[in-house]
This record gives sequence, structure tokens and C-alpha cells, in this order.
Amino acid sequence: MSMNEFYTLNVNGQSMQVQDSWVGESLLYVLRERLGLPGSKGACEQGECGSCTVLLDGQAVCSCLVMAATAVDSTIVTVEGLDAHGAELTDVQDAFVQQGAVQCGFCTPGLIVAIHHLLDENPQPSELEVKEAISGNICRCTGYGRIFAAVEQAVAVRKASHTS
Amino acid sequence: MSTTKVEQRERDILGVSAIRPDGAAKVTGDFSFTSDMNAENMLWGATLRSPHPYARIVSIDTSRALALPGVHCVITADDVPGKPTYGLISSDQPVFARDYVRYMGEPVAALAADHPETCRRALALIDIEYEVLKPLTNAEDAIAGSFPPIHPDGNIIRHQRIVRGDQSATGPIIVEGEYEIGMQDQAFLGLEAALAIPDSHGKGVELHVATQWLHEDLGQISACLDLPPQNVRLILGGVGGAFGAREDISLQVHCCLLALKAGRPIKMQYGREESFFGHVHRHPAKIFMRHHAQSDGRIIKIEARFVFDGGAYTSTSPAVLINGITHTQGPYKCDNATVDGWAIRTNNPPCGAMRGFGVVQACFAHESQMDKIATAAGLSAVDVRLINAMETGDTLITGQAMESIAPVARCIIETDHIPLPAPLAANAHELLLPGGSGLTASASHIVRGVGWGVSMKNLMYSEGFDDFATARCSIKEGVVYLKFATSEVGQGFVTLAPQIARSVLGLDDVVVEPIDTQIGSAGSTSASRQTWMSGGAVDGACRLVREQIFQHVGKQNNIDPLRLVIEGTDIIDQIGTFRIAVREAIDGLSISETFEHHHKPTEELDENGQGNCHTAFAFVAHRAVVDVDPELGLVKVVQIATAQDVGRVLNPLSALGQIEGGIAQGLGLAVMEEIVIQDGKVRNPSFTDYLLPTTLDAPDVVAKMIEEYEPQAPLGAKGIGEPPCISVTPAIVAAIRDAIAKDLHRIPVRPQDICL
Repeated sequence: MSMNEFYTLNVNGQSMQVQDSWVGESLLYVLRERLGLPGSKGACEQGECGSCTVLLDGQAVCSCLVMAATAVDSTIVTVEGLDAHGAELTDVQDAFVQQGAVQCGFCTPGLIVAIHHLLDENPQPSELEVKEAISGNICRCTGYGRIFAAVEQAVAVRKASHTS
Repeated sequence: MSTTKVEQRERDILGVSAIRPDGAAKVTGDFSFTSDMNAENMLWGATLRSPHPYARIVSIDTSRALALPGVHCVITADDVPGKPTYGLISSDQPVFARDYVRYMGEPVAALAADHPETCRRALALIDIEYEVLKPLTNAEDAIAGSFPPIHPDGNIIRHQRIVRGDQSATGPIIVEGEYEIGMQDQAFLGLEAALAIPDSHGKGVELHVATQWLHEDLGQISACLDLPPQNVRLILGGVGGAFGAREDISLQVHCCLLALKAGRPIKMQYGREESFFGHVHRHPAKIFMRHHAQSDGRIIKIEARFVFDGGAYTSTSPAVLINGITHTQGPYKCDNATVDGWAIRTNNPPCGAMRGFGVVQACFAHESQMDKIATAAGLSAVDVRLINAMETGDTLITGQAMESIAPVARCIIETDHIPLPAPLAANAHELLLPGGSGLTASASHIVRGVGWGVSMKNLMYSEGFDDFATARCSIKEGVVYLKFATSEVGQGFVTLAPQIARSVLGLDDVVVEPIDTQIGSAGSTSASRQTWMSGGAVDGACRLVREQIFQHVGKQNNIDPLRLVIEGTDIIDQIGTFRIAVREAIDGLSISETFEHHHKPTEELDENGQGNCHTAFAFVAHRAVVDVDPELGLVKVVQIATAQDVGRVLNPLSALGQIEGGIAQGLGLAVMEEIVIQDGKVRNPSFTDYLLPTTLDAPDVVAKMIEEYEPQAPLGAKGIGEPPCISVTPAIVAAIRDAIAKDLHRIPVRPQDICL
């Protein structure tokens, strides 16, 4: 197995060297196992569950389906790189904690990234827009009720900060 | 959106919605799940599994795999130094298959290599010659004795009857049905993972693992490794959900064996496909039920026959069987019963624990029957259940008295009071229709139905098992430290335990110590038992510490310690004016106390299925509203209304999370989730083909919690994890029947069951 690939990825605003990798490695694997960013999770390897969601050039993608070496010219943002604007948590992260949207937490990082993506594009989504936007993120613990409540809180917080 | 709202909290004591202490780490990605762990000099482990449901192993040749650069070792059954088998109830499952493989996916070998891709390539280089045999896939063949034993222990895992009352009793109403339940997967998101680190002498190992029951794992692992238990240390790694699938051994022994053989840390992590083969599933079952009732709908007698397909190895099948048959009556009065129950060994995938544990299967049958009685007696779905509703003090078909608080009628009535959703609008958005974004349906073709399900679920373990939990409470420099081996799988015990400590001790700084085997067992995180059992242990340990604090304060202030109580964060004299902040009172004090909580003893059933086999029970009612597209057989669950008997709410937010999450899993079993098996082969081991409820499938949940303090429970609270997923399934199926006026007797209900 050839393990001599060298390339650079732009992750969370930093240039990161990937060394001695096998060219077949997914972006998820490289983030987790080579770049010390295990926040993105793998749970299906088929792009069905959304646990590995990251932003690739501003689009929410399943990092398990992206070949890492093809992402050299892209800007990658993972859950570790979301901007909390100086606070401990982003508005979405805080809403998840406060509203009980976290149980086992395995789907959580992917959902956090997907919801940031949604709210950055559409700060006032309708109920159905929320459901559709995160329908690719499977949660097995919560039944989604508290996740919807967390999105409501994050939307309200953004609206309040906008009007104030 | 869900219409249930949660109150905001004050001090994080019992009864308020304390937030998870691990919440911030989980939302930022900092929380360490087992699969996130690494160690220096680590290798990757991987498992080779049988492609056949039943075959004789003629030969295994690992030489080509060993020769691949990057491969460090390959192990087979020959490399298991200790006991060659493991199992929760019966030790009948090989660590690695030796002579026969008995299910598709059974482990045959494992190896360690430098990269997951090297592992994958090396697995393909292990040469195994199989003599493929005809699999036993029909449980009835095993019962009839028409298939040769596929295992030295035979093809019958357990047979148990329940015979109670007048066997000749009958009534003017007789209804019957044959019901079938498909194989459901727990489908936790956090795949099986472990990191094993051998000690420098190869005489011991430290295993970080996602499990439900550390001490049970420890016993089974150390026996297989032939190491004294004290040389095997288990530490709970972050667990990404469990739902029963982590109660059995999966990769634990393999990972330790590889680490000991390679002399290096080994990380193992299943992919999703392997996970479908690597853990047990919910038992598929066939249930016949015949109810005899008075013309007014009162149940006179139930006859039933249960067949649970346990798959190739025992796992917890004997206990699942007992749970199923002892819940034949559901939450209803019944004096006479004849029940015949079988748990069978086949060459299908092994089945064991999943949320609801045998009761899910029974409930689908008895609730389908209740609706048939209602029709025959001219009663509504609500009235037939109210007229039969069980009460505290009733005698079960096992002869056991119902000692638990049993607010069955109240659950039904309060659920009935929840308003129904608005009718489907003629211009409803397509995402609200069955089929959703597939744009298959038009609103004018959709029919709506309403259905009911009510259930009873035993809490804790049964049949004489000494089901205890241990906890230690220490105070040092004003901080409370709690230690227990209770697996946190997402349910929130790490939230609850500090709430208990704060309430008992009046101190707010509480630290949960690492969860490992450096303290006595807490039992399993299953059977809706940890709030009661480990909650009882934490409560007991904190009370022992409090007693010592009162002794100390009483002595220092010349007050009888019996007069002292905690009020908020103060210690006060109940009949005097003395008051001191707890923090101040414990200055310089260092106390540590350990407590074991045991529930009341239970008994085994006799040959007629009589005996006080269960500890306690909880109840719940569900009402489902569905929209159905009859032409395409598609279902949209619109609303689930529920009232659940919880004893006492200790954390409203956590309780609601359990209720909503359980309902989603019950919805999955009702209309989408099934592991499809053909001739012993799994046909859909992926999230592409095994469908799980998404945000667009989630119904509005309107939940009420029925609080009637349970005197037998240490905190007055019943377990709440399992009931939400039990009767919601039959409620949804009943709603579909109501919509399309068609008998449905199998779950999950598939499109062809509706439209063909």
C-alpha cells in the first residue's frame, strides 16, 4: 500500500500538512486520524447519517464521501472551527445544551454544523425548512423534539441580536 | 415542531431540568467517544466474519495475510488461552468459530495491522474452506424436532408455560389473531469501538470500551483471556447510544487478545455493515393470541403461544422469553390464562436485548387483540381499555400481586384529553404528506386514522437475579465526588447523579469520577433500571455521608444530630434556631462512604409459570394519529399523544428526551425498520437499506407525565427509558388499520401490506 502522499488542507483557517497518507483516505479519516480533529464522527460510511458533516467551501457535505486528497483547494470548516465570537459556545451549540438536544451526542457535531449552515443561509427558516435541512442527520436518541427546540432557540437568539 | 415545552431550571437539584455536564463537550466535538481514542504505537484490529449462515470450517490458512507488509498478527480460535466461549446467560457463543459457523457474520479470525486499509486487504487474504450446510431458519422446525441440533446445547433455548385459573373458562366474545414482529436493530450512532492497551509484561490489559455493563464484560473477558479479573481493567469510553446492543460482548475479547499478542495498543472500530453483524438485535417473533371476553368487553381468559427466534446463540433469549409471556395480558385484569412460550436457536443472527425486551412483541399482539374485543363488544378503543385497566393490588397471570403504583386508567384518560391535531389541510405542503419530498401523494387521496396502545413494562431484572448497584460518595475540600460503574450511554445518569447529591447534601460542586471497574458493579444500563438502582446507590451513599456530617455538626454544636436536616444549602435544627451553610460545616472534613442498593428479591417461575418473578412495573398510554396514502401504502405519523407513569419526575428535560426518543424508535418498528433475512442471510446491513426515522418522519409528540410517587423506588421515580417505545408501535398500526379498514398483523407495516 502506497503511503507516500503529501498534501495540504485548509482546515478551520489553518494550513495543515497531511503526510505519509494513503491516497484512498476519506476526508473524515484524515481529519480524525491525521489532523487531530475527531469532532466529526463516522457512523454509516455512506452519506446517510450526517454525523460527519463539515463545511466544504461553505457547503454542508458528508466528509466520509469526500476523498481527502481532492479537497486540497477547498476551505474546510469542522465542528471544532465554528466561530463562537469569543464565547465558549456558538449560539447553536448553546441552544443544544440548554434545550436537551444532546443525549449520547454522537450525531451532535454533524447536526451543529448542518444547523449553522442552515441558519447562516436562512436565519428565519420555517418549521418545514428546518426539518428538510437536517433530514440528512440521523439522531437515534432524541426523536428530534429537543433538536427542533434548540433550533427555535438559536433562531430567536439570532433574531434578538439582529434587532438589538 | 414538538408542542411540549420544558420549564427553565433553578438550582440543579432533583425535579429540575439540570443540563448535561458533558453537554458542552459534546456540542463542540471535544467529548471523547471510544472511537476517538488513540494510543502511541497503536495498531488497528479487524475481524473476519463468516459469509455463511451455517457451515463447517474445513480449514483456515492465515499465512498469506501474515505475509502482507503491515500485518502484525492474526488470531483464530486456537489463540484463545482461556474459556473458548462467552455469553450473558449461557456461555455458548465462541470467541472465534472453531468447527462450525452458525450465523452469517460470526467471527472466525481477527488481525492487527498498521492501517485500516491494510486490515481490510489482509482479511481478504485469510483463506478459509467451508463446507456449506443447510441452515435452520424456521423456528417451527426446531420446535417440531425436525432439524438436527445446530449446537451442542440443542435447538430449544427455553420453553416456559403459564397456566393460571380456569382453563375451560370462555365467554360470548372470542377474538384471535396471529401476529408477527420483524427483527429491529438498535442502530445506535456510535459504532462499536474499543482501545486495548496491554501492560508491559503481557499479563494484563486495560480496555477502554463502549458498553452497557462494565463488570459483566470484565467477568466474561477475563475468563476468555485466562487472566485474573484484577489484571483486566475496564474503563468506560464515551458511548454513542446503546439501546440493548452493548449488553453482549462484541469486540471486547478480540481487541484484548490482539493487544496481548501484538504487545501493542489495539484500536478496533466496526463500520456500519459490520455493526449489523457484530451485535444482537430485537427478537423477531410470532405470537398467536385468543381472548375470551364478556359481552361488555371484560377479559375472561387469554390463550397465547409465543415463538421468539433467538438466532444462533443464547444471549438474553431466556429472559426475553419470560418478559414476553409474562406480559401477555398487558396492563389489563385477567384471571385465567394458558400461555406457551418458546425461545429457539436458529442460524439467523443472534438476538438479545433491545429497549422493551420481549414486551414490545407481546404488546403488539395484546393491543391488536384489545381493538378486536372493542369491535366485538361495540366499545371504543378507549372504553375497552378503561373497563379492563389494571390497578394496584390486582393479581397477574403469574400469580404475582401488582405492588407497583398502577395508574393505567389515568394514563388512558389523560392521553384521551390531549387535543387531536387539526385535519390535514387541502393545500398542505408536500413534506407533510405521506411520501414527503417524493411528491407522490395529493392531499385529497390521504385518509386519516387514530389508534391506541397501552402497555405495562417490568422494571429491573427478574427471576431471582440479585440486581444490585454500587456507588461511593466522598467529600473533600467542599466538593462532592461520586464514583460508580454505571454506564452512561446517553440516558443522562451523569446528570441525575449530581442532582441527587445536591439534593441530599446541600452542596452544589459535584464531580463524577471516571466510570470504570475500580468500584463494585452497578449492573447494566438496561431494563429501565439505573435511575432506580444506581440512583438508589448514589442516594444511599450520599445519605451515609450526610449522617456523618450531621454527627460532626451535632457534636460541635451540642445538638442531637437527629434534629438536623438539610434545607437548601444549609443545615438547620428542625426544632431550634441553629443554621449553618453545609459548605461551612464541612470545612476540613473528608468523608467517603460506599453503598450498595439491592431491590426486593424475586423468584423463578415454576413449571406453570407461577411466581413473583418481577420487581416492579411502569405503565404508559399512546394515541397515534396517522395520514395514509392507501394507493402507495405510505404512512405519515402526524401526532403521538402520551401519558406516562413515571412515579416522580427527577429531571423534566431528560424525561421528555427519553419519551420523545423512545417514541421515534417505536415509530421505526411500526412502519420502517426491519433487518431483512433470507435463508439466514442479512439483506440490508446498511443505513441506505435499513431505514431509520428522520426529522421529516418525526411526529408531534404531546407528552404528559403522570406523577404518583412510587413508594418502593428509592427516589419515588420509576424507570422511564423503555415504556415510550412499547405501545406506540401498536398505536400507530391501529391508526393505520383505522384509516384503511384493513387488518394488519405484522410489523413493520410495509407499503405492500397497505396497498396490495
